[in-house]
Amino acid sequence: MTITKSIEIRDVIKFGLLAGVIVLSLSVIGFIDLLGTRELVAGMFTLGHIFMLAAPFGMAFVSAGKVSADEKNKALGYGFLIGVIAALPLVVLAILATSFDIRQFLPNVSPSLISLLTFGQGLTVGSLILVVVTGILGLLAAGLHTLPDRFQHPLITGLGWMLIAGTFSEILLGRVRAFFGRGVVKLIFAGKALNPIAALIIFVLAAGITYWLDTRAPKKEETVEDIKKLQKMTKIRIGLGILLLLVSPLILGTYLTEVANNVGLYVIMGLGLNIVVGFAGLLDLGFVAFFAIGAFAMGVLTSEGHLGLGLTFWTALPFSVLASTLAGVVLGIPVLGMRGDYLAIVTLGFGEIIRILALSDMLKPYIGGAQGILQIPKPSIMGFEFIQPESLFYIVLLGVLLAAFISWRLRDSRLGRQWMAMRDDEDVAEAMGINLVSTKLMAFASGAFFGGLAGAIFASKLTSIFPHSFNLIVSINVLSLIIVGGLGSLPGVVVGALILVGLPELLREFAEHRMLIYGALLIVMMLAKPEGFWPSEIIKRELHAHEEPEPVSSD
Amino acid sequence: MAMLEVKNLHTYYGNIQALQGISLEVEEGEIVTLIGANGAGKTTTLRSICRLLDPRQGSIILEGEDLANCKAHEMVYKGVAMVPEGRGVFSRLTVAENLDMGAFSRDDASGVRQDLERVYNLFPRLKERRAQVAGTLSGGEQQMLATGRALMAHPRLMLMDEPSMGLSPILVEDTFETIKAINKEGTTILLVEQNATMAFSVADRGYVLQTGEIILHDTAENLKTNEMVQKAYLGIE
Repeated sequence: MTITKSIEIRDVIKFGLLAGVIVLSLSVIGFIDLLGTRELVAGMFTLGHIFMLAAPFGMAFVSAGKVSADEKNKALGYGFLIGVIAALPLVVLAILATSFDIRQFLPNVSPSLISLLTFGQGLTVGSLILVVVTGILGLLAAGLHTLPDRFQHPLITGLGWMLIAGTFSEILLGRVRAFFGRGVVKLIFAGKALNPIAALIIFVLAAGITYWLDTRAPKKEETVEDIKKLQKMTKIRIGLGILLLLVSPLILGTYLTEVANNVGLYVIMGLGLNIVVGFAGLLDLGFVAFFAIGAFAMGVLTSEGHLGLGLTFWTALPFSVLASTLAGVVLGIPVLGMRGDYLAIVTLGFGEIIRILALSDMLKPYIGGAQGILQIPKPSIMGFEFIQPESLFYIVLLGVLLAAFISWRLRDSRLGRQWMAMRDDEDVAEAMGINLVSTKLMAFASGAFFGGLAGAIFASKLTSIFPHSFNLIVSINVLSLIIVGGLGSLPGVVVGALILVGLPELLREFAEHRMLIYGALLIVMMLAKPEGFWPSEIIKRELHAHEEPEPVSSD
Repeated sequence: MAMLEVKNLHTYYGNIQALQGISLEVEEGEIVTLIGANGAGKTTTLRSICRLLDPRQGSIILEGEDLANCKAHEMVYKGVAMVPEGRGVFSRLTVAENLDMGAFSRDDASGVRQDLERVYNLFPRLKERRAQVAGTLSGGEQQMLATGRALMAHPRLMLMDEPSMGLSPILVEDTFETIKAINKEGTTILLVEQNATMAFSVADRGYVLQTGEIILHDTAENLKTNEMVQKAYLGIE
């Protein structure tokens, strides 16, 4: 027996209008129009279309899930309706924009936006097309939801890959040209976008492979044999993954490798903050401080300018990391008795203090004030200098692997368990015999260790550092990426960094909307997937315990 | 000599005095209960004994050893374990991990394994649910877990803070059965309770607490028939 709250026509109108208003607001701030410049599939649709249609599609998909499973036709009908209703605010916008001069109030409502909304077919025909398209999309979305999982999953994956390939077609094009020459480029691309056939092939391939993998996957870890097999597969996967990482600079090319390096630095920081926030539950908003201390220590120790001591990267690295680790302990001592919000405020202050100190006249003779530290040498081993992003990649990779390995071992260690117990209940943890003072200090120190490591590599990679690189936004970025990835989850940190650091880098033309996307993504995440994109097992179990049958284990 | 001797305990929250000179004794092998109304200072007394609160005055002597300089996390090494109020399980750890944390202070692996068996025998429910996240257990199961976790420290003295709180009557009976069983196996228990009827049914002796002072102490039998206690705590006119 299941009791599901089914939705009614009133909710359908609400959902439809909500989707419409979302697209409307994205339109009037100029977002849709801006994205309209990036073609996904040549001559067919742009990223602007995707964003325009995503809200009705998503809304229809979600609401189809709220109609009880045996009423398929109702779900389809509702999906269609939501799509149609969602188009209405846009039609109104198009009518207003063509009849009156509304650009003095809404400067972003440009002719090109209206043309995008009406598919370039003029007001009357275009509006009709828009209504029909969103309606059909709503229908499809609802239809997709009613499909059994084994079809739904491949279809969504296929669609996803096609969109990804389309969005990054320009980068993809560059890579394909580098490896296969212009002939192959002409086969796949038209202009800078994918050609329709290539897009279709990508869709079919991705969907097909997913379908094949799904049918092959072992159903459940039941017997010891199965678990052993699974563990073996995990090992093989990790091995393959590392191998792939080792050759990836060759595949990615200079630009993408540079992006990967930035992502890598954030992964190291994310792994550090994950210990403090995810494992130990201490909300730290000043994590940038350790990044800065690591970077400035590296700068002072290695710079060949008048401020520096001229050590090599490898000699300076341990000292830089040590400096930030000590700073972690120094921050930890005064905040030992603080919890939650109070701790967050104090750490926020600590981050700002470090930044302002770096800018101050007091320390100017040592770390250069606003002019920063210049002439920091790149790392080198036996005469080989890591100058290109492709070679620096290996330094970053080394740091990431080190941080990941240490995090992983710490998580399952006695210390890791101490952190998690403290996170759940400080008093009880203390009553169980856990020394809160040393446990907290170890958390701050371990987090700071990774922050400093990332900072040291950052300084050496950039060859010059300035105080303004170390502002609050770095702390917020790192915290956001571990939340988006899944608090406490190690793969989650990587996923989060790819999404929040990698994506904005690749979508540079939309940089002015970066904070908007950030905020929207975080809100959607917290509502739809509070456990993150790649949650740790425990959190997943905790948040979704009521949805699954009770896990009763027996011998 | 008593196992636990508490003398003239004064504890403050900021400037507010919560305990005004509490003295009590617990003999080895006993169940001693501390009853009183809301805000009488029962939990404060317990938390002061296990050093989660710092008394301003007074002494706590465990088996002849003064614990004045003992920190909260060292108490468990002295053989004192606590079952906290409101159950206080580690909600994001599994049942098995919670029990594991209970044995945090120990390094005798075989002893820990024996105690785990003992806890699972006492609470078969916990064994069934050992892979489940503690936060998703029912109230009664969480109480079992908190009790089991304290037992994992193999304590000689167990401090229990209102184990009956928020449980259904039938579960309350079960809980007190368990307390008796644990005591029979040799663990001394200091039990803080609001449910005086149930507390007297298992306890050897009792102390009655009012606004931070002990106003009465006697054997459980005598307290049950005491007119004042009957009126104020047992609901008998």
